Amino acid sequence: MKTIDWKTAIRNGLVGGVIALYFSMIGMVEAFSGRNLIGDFFNMGHLLLFGGVLAAGILTARAHKEASVGINAFSSLVAGLAAGIPTTLLILLANNVELQSVFVSVNRTLLALLTFERGMSGLGLFFLATSLIALAGGLYDSLPGVYKRTLGLSLSVVVVVAVFSNIVTQIMTTLFGRPSVRLILDGDALKPLSAAVLFVVLTGIFILREQRRVKAEKLVASGAAAIESKRASLQRQVILFVGIGILLLIAPYVLGSFLSQVLFEVGRFVLLGLGLNIVVGYAGLLDLGYVAFFAFGAYTMGILTTTGPLNQGGGLFNFWLALPIVVLVSVFFGIMLGFPVLRMRGDYLAIVTLGFGEIIRILALSDWLRPIMGGAQGVLAIPSPVFFGIKLDSPEKMYYLVLAGALLVAFVSIRLRDSRLGRQWMAMREDEDVAEAMGINLVQTKLLAFAIGAGFSGLGGAIFAARLGNIFPHSFNLLISINALSLIIVGGLGSIPGVIVGAIALVGLPELLREFQEYRLLMYGILLIVMMLNRPEGFLPAEVFKRELHAEEAELPGAEA
Amino acid sequence: MASILSTRNIIKTFGGLVAINDFSLEIPEGSISSVIGPNGAGKTTFFNCVTGFYKVDAGMILFNGAPIQNQRTDIVTRLGISRTYQNIRLFANMSAIENILVGQHPRLKTFWGEAIWKSKRFQEEEAVALEEARRLIKFVGLQGLGDQVARNLPYGAQRRLEIARALASQPKLLLLDEPTAGMNPNETGEMTHFIKHLRDELGITILLIEHDMRVVMGISDQVTVLDYGSKIAEGKPKDIQNNPRVIEAYLGRGAASGLKSGKAK
Amino acid sequence: MFKKTLARLSWVDIFLRVLQLVAAIVIVYGLVTTFTTARYSSEQWATLAFAGLAQGSIYALIALGYTLVYGILLMINFAHGEIYMAGAFSTVFLAMYFDRNGFLASNPLVAIIVLILFSAAISSGIAILLERIAYRPLRNAPRLIPLITAIGASFLLQYTFRGLFGSQFRSYPEVSILRGTWTILGFNVPIVQPVVFLAAVSLMITLYWYVERTKAGRAMRAVSEDKAVARLMGVDIDKVIVSTFALGGALAGAAGVFNGLFRPQGVFFLMGFFPGIKAFTAAVLGGIGNIPGAMFGGLLLGLIESLGPNAVLEGLGIPAANQLKDAIAFTVLVLILIFRPQGIFGERLAEKKA
Repeated sequence: MKTIDWKTAIRNGLVGGVIALYFSMIGMVEAFSGRNLIGDFFNMGHLLLFGGVLAAGILTARAHKEASVGINAFSSLVAGLAAGIPTTLLILLANNVELQSVFVSVNRTLLALLTFERGMSGLGLFFLATSLIALAGGLYDSLPGVYKRTLGLSLSVVVVVAVFSNIVTQIMTTLFGRPSVRLILDGDALKPLSAAVLFVVLTGIFILREQRRVKAEKLVASGAAAIESKRASLQRQVILFVGIGILLLIAPYVLGSFLSQVLFEVGRFVLLGLGLNIVVGYAGLLDLGYVAFFAFGAYTMGILTTTGPLNQGGGLFNFWLALPIVVLVSVFFGIMLGFPVLRMRGDYLAIVTLGFGEIIRILALSDWLRPIMGGAQGVLAIPSPVFFGIKLDSPEKMYYLVLAGALLVAFVSIRLRDSRLGRQWMAMREDEDVAEAMGINLVQTKLLAFAIGAGFSGLGGAIFAARLGNIFPHSFNLLISINALSLIIVGGLGSIPGVIVGAIALVGLPELLREFQEYRLLMYGILLIVMMLNRPEGFLPAEVFKRELHAEEAELPGAEA
Repeated sequence: MASILSTRNIIKTFGGLVAINDFSLEIPEGSISSVIGPNGAGKTTFFNCVTGFYKVDAGMILFNGAPIQNQRTDIVTRLGISRTYQNIRLFANMSAIENILVGQHPRLKTFWGEAIWKSKRFQEEEAVALEEARRLIKFVGLQGLGDQVARNLPYGAQRRLEIARALASQPKLLLLDEPTAGMNPNETGEMTHFIKHLRDELGITILLIEHDMRVVMGISDQVTVLDYGSKIAEGKPKDIQNNPRVIEAYLGRGAASGLKSGKAK
Repeated sequence: MFKKTLARLSWVDIFLRVLQLVAAIVIVYGLVTTFTTARYSSEQWATLAFAGLAQGSIYALIALGYTLVYGILLMINFAHGEIYMAGAFSTVFLAMYFDRNGFLASNPLVAIIVLILFSAAISSGIAILLERIAYRPLRNAPRLIPLITAIGASFLLQYTFRGLFGSQFRSYPEVSILRGTWTILGFNVPIVQPVVFLAAVSLMITLYWYVERTKAGRAMRAVSEDKAVARLMGVDIDKVIVSTFALGGALAGAAGVFNGLFRPQGVFFLMGFFPGIKAFTAAVLGGIGNIPGAMFGGLLLGLIESLGPNAVLEGLGIPAANQLKDAIAFTVLVLILIFRPQGIFGERLAEKKA
C-alpha cells in the first residue's frame, strides 16, 4: 500500500479515543491518577487514558503493511489526532453544561487532569499527547522484529514493576532494610532514573537472550546436542521445582504480614479453583452455585468448633477433628445438590446451580435458620487451629495451612485427571451420549465430579472460617463463584497450572491494588469478554498428554545405541 | 449358526411418526450383516434402539438370548455391543490414545480412588490399558498419530479411530453406521477390506448401515432392507438385488443408480 | 404393566419422584394450615395479588427479551437483567429533570411516554452493542463460551453504570395522577398497579401482533425455525438477530420505567440482577422460546412471589417469611427445571437443545 488508508486510521483513532473517554467517564482515570508510576509525571490514569491510543497507533501502522516508515508514521499521527476528538468533545461540553449531577465522575479533578491543569489551553496539549503517543506506537511498529520484541518487553516489565512497587518495597525492606527502598522509589512510584536504569538493563538482558536463542536454534537445526539438551531440560526442571518449593516455604518471612494475607487469599482461591476445575474444566458441568459448598464448609466448621448459636454439642471439636466432618458434609451436599440436576445440561445447569447458591445464601441470612446458622450475625469466635502446640493465628502461619491444602488438592486433582475417572469426566464433557455409549455410567461420573469438587470447596471454606474467626452470610455471595469461575477460565479450563496463574492474576494482583477495589469487577468483566473472544482456551491451556510417543522415545536411545 | 442378536417385532414411534414398525431381525454370530434402505427408513433409529439410546415401545431385543431392550446404554455396551456414528463423534479435544482408553472403560475394574495413591493394581491395569491402546492404534493403521488431538486428525483417520475406540471395549457385536460415508473409492475399498479383516481376525460379528451398494454387496452375508420403518426384504445380497420390492422402494425415490452399480459389479 | 414401569425406573427417577412428592406435600400442607387458620382477610390477599400482578407484568416484559433471544439463538442472554437496569437507571435522570421543570406535573401522560421511549432506546442500544461486540463473533462457538461472555458483559455493564452514575439509589419522582386508589372488585387498589399492569399487557399484545402478523415478525419466526432455510429464502439473518435484541431491549427498557413508577425504593446499578433471574424463571416457567408463555409465566411468578411467603411459608411456621421472597423465585426455577423443563406451554424440548 503506497498511500495512507484514511478510513482505517481515523476509525482506529476514534476507537482508541472512545476507550479513553470511557475510562474517563466511569471515573477510572481519576481514581487511578492518584497512583504515580514513574516520578510524578506518569501515573496509572495515563496508562488507561493513553493505552488505547497507543494501540490505535500501532494497529494503524500495522494496517499499512508494506508502506514506508513515513507513511506509517503519518497514518498513526492521523489516528492520534482522531483519538483526541472524543475526549475533547467531553471537555468542551463539560465546560458549558453542568454534567456532574448526572455523570458523577465528570468533575473538576478529571477535567484538570485531562487538560493538564491548564484550562482550555490544555486542549491543544491533549491533542498533542494523543498524537505523539500514537506516533510513537506507529514508529515502534516500524522497528525491526528483534528490537520491537525486546523494547516492548522491557517497557512492559518496567510498567509492571512500577504498578506492583509495593512487592518490591516489601522484599527490599526484608533483604536490605528500609533505606534501600528510598534509593529507587519515590513513594510508590519509581524514580525516573531508576526506571531508566531498569529499562536499559532489561533491554540489554533481553537482547542477549535473543541472540543466544538464535544461536541455540541454529544448533538444534544442525541436529547436534539433541540428547544433551534433553538431559539439561530435565535438570532445569528439577532446579525449577526445588526453587519454587523453597520460595513457597520462605515466602511469608520475606513478604511480611500484608503480603502473606494476599498469598492466603490466592491459596484459598487456588483451592476453590481446583475444585471447580474438576466440575467445570474436566466434567464440563458449568456450576455457578459453587459458593454453596464453600459456605457449607465454613458454616460446618463454625458450628462444630464454636459454642455459638447452636450451643449444643458445639465447641467439642477442634479444627483437626472437625476437618474430616466438614469435608464429608460438603461431599454429602455436593451429592444432594448434584442429584436433581443430573439430567440438565449447559446453560440450564448454570442457572439452576446459581439458584441453589442464592437459596443457600438467603437461607443462611434468614431468621428461620437463625438458631443454627446465626442469621445476619453469622457465626462468631471460631478458634484458630493449633498445630503441635503452635496456634495458627496470623496470616503468615495460616498461609502454610492453605498451602498444604492447595498442594493436597492439586495432588489429588492430578492423580484423578490421569486416571480412568479423569478420562470419564473428559469424555462426558466432550459428548455425553457417546460417553454413555462407551459404557460410562453418567450418574456416577457426574455425582463424583460434584462430590469431589464440593469436598475441595468445603475444605477451602473450613480454612477460610478458621482464618477469619467470624463468618457472615454475605461472605458467600455469587461473586465467589464468579471469581472462581473467572480464574479457571482465564488460566485455562482443565489446566492445573492455569488455576494457579489465574488465582494470582485475578485474586492476588487486585489485592495488591486495593485502592482500586471498586473497579475490580469491571476489570473481570472486560477480562472475561476479551478472553472468550480472543483466547477461549486461557493463558495456560491444558496440555494433551504424550502417551503414544512416550514409549517410542524410550525405545529410541536403545535403538540408536 | 446361532443368533447373536435378534429383535422381535420392535416398534418405535416419535409422537405420531412410526419410525420402526414391527421389525424382526436375526443376526447370526460371526456374520457381516447390512441394513440398507432409503434415507429416513429408520436404520439409525434401529441402531439407537439396539444400543439402548432409545427405548422401544414394544417388542424384544435379545443379545445372546438375553433381553436387552430398554437397558441403559452403558450397560448394553458392557454386555458386548459397541458402535460407531454416522457423523463421526469422537471426543474431539482428547488425543487419539485417550479416545481409545475411554473405549476400554468397561474393562477397567479398579476402584476410582486407587488412582490417588496409585495402588499396584491401578498401575498394572493402566499399563495394560495403555499397551492395548497402542496396539489398537497400530491395528487400525494410525501409528504415529496417537498423540494427536482427535479433531486435528484427517477424516479417514477419524473414521478409523472411531472404530478403534469401539473395538477397545472388546465387543462381540460391532455396529457400524455408514463407515464409508464421505470416502473416495480408494478409501472405501480399504475400509471394506478392513471390515472383513475385523471379522476374520477378531471374530467379531458386524452389523452395518451402508449406502454404498458396492460395499454392501461385496462383504455382506446377509442384507436386510428397511423402508418406512418396516422390513421389506431380507436375504443374500444376490436375492436382494433382484427383489422387485427393493427396486421399487429405491426407484420410487429415484435412487436406483446405487443399486445398479451394485449389480454391475 | 406395573412391573414393567417399575423395571424402567432408575435411581434418579425414584429420587426425583420422591422430591416431587415432598415438594407437593409441603406446599399443600402450608396452604392448608394458612387457610384453615384464616390468618389474613380477603382484603389483604387482594392487596398482595394486585401488587403481584403488577410486579409480574414487569417480569413478563423482561422475560420476553430472554425468550425472543433464546427462540432465535438458543442462547440465554445472561446480561439481559443489566440491559433492563441500563434503561431504568439512565432514565431516572430524565424523569428527575421533567419533575424539576414541571413537565411531569403539567403533561404527565406525554412525559411518561417520553420516558418510556427514552428508556427503551437506551436499553435497545445497549442490547445491540452487546450483540455486536460480545455475541456475534461467538455465534458458532461452543455453548459455554457465549454464556461466560454474557456473565462478563453483565459485570461490565453493572460497573460501567456505577462509574457513570454513581453507586447511590435514585428515585423516580412521584407522579400525581398515579397517586390514590381505585376500587376494583370491591377492593381498594393503588392506581399505579392496574396502570402498570395494563400498560405492560398492551405492550405485550403489540409485540405478539408484531411477531405474528408483520413481515419482520415472520422473518423472525423463520430464523427461529431454521436459520439455513431462512437464509436461502432471502432473510438477512444478522438483521433479524439485531432486531430481536433491539426489541427485547426495548421491552426491558419500558419495564425499567414501569418499575420506577411502581416501586419507590429507587434504582441503582445492581438492580438488574434479581429481576433478571426472576424474568428468566418466568420465561422458563412459560416455556422458553414461547412468547405467550413468557407473558403468562411472568404474571404467574409475580403472583407466586407475592402470595407465596404468606400463603405457604407462614403456614409452615417459618418466621419472617418475607425474607425468603427471593428464594421462592429460585425454588420455582429449580423445581420447574427439574420436573418440567419445557415449561407450562413449552412446545420446544428445552432439554434436547440445551
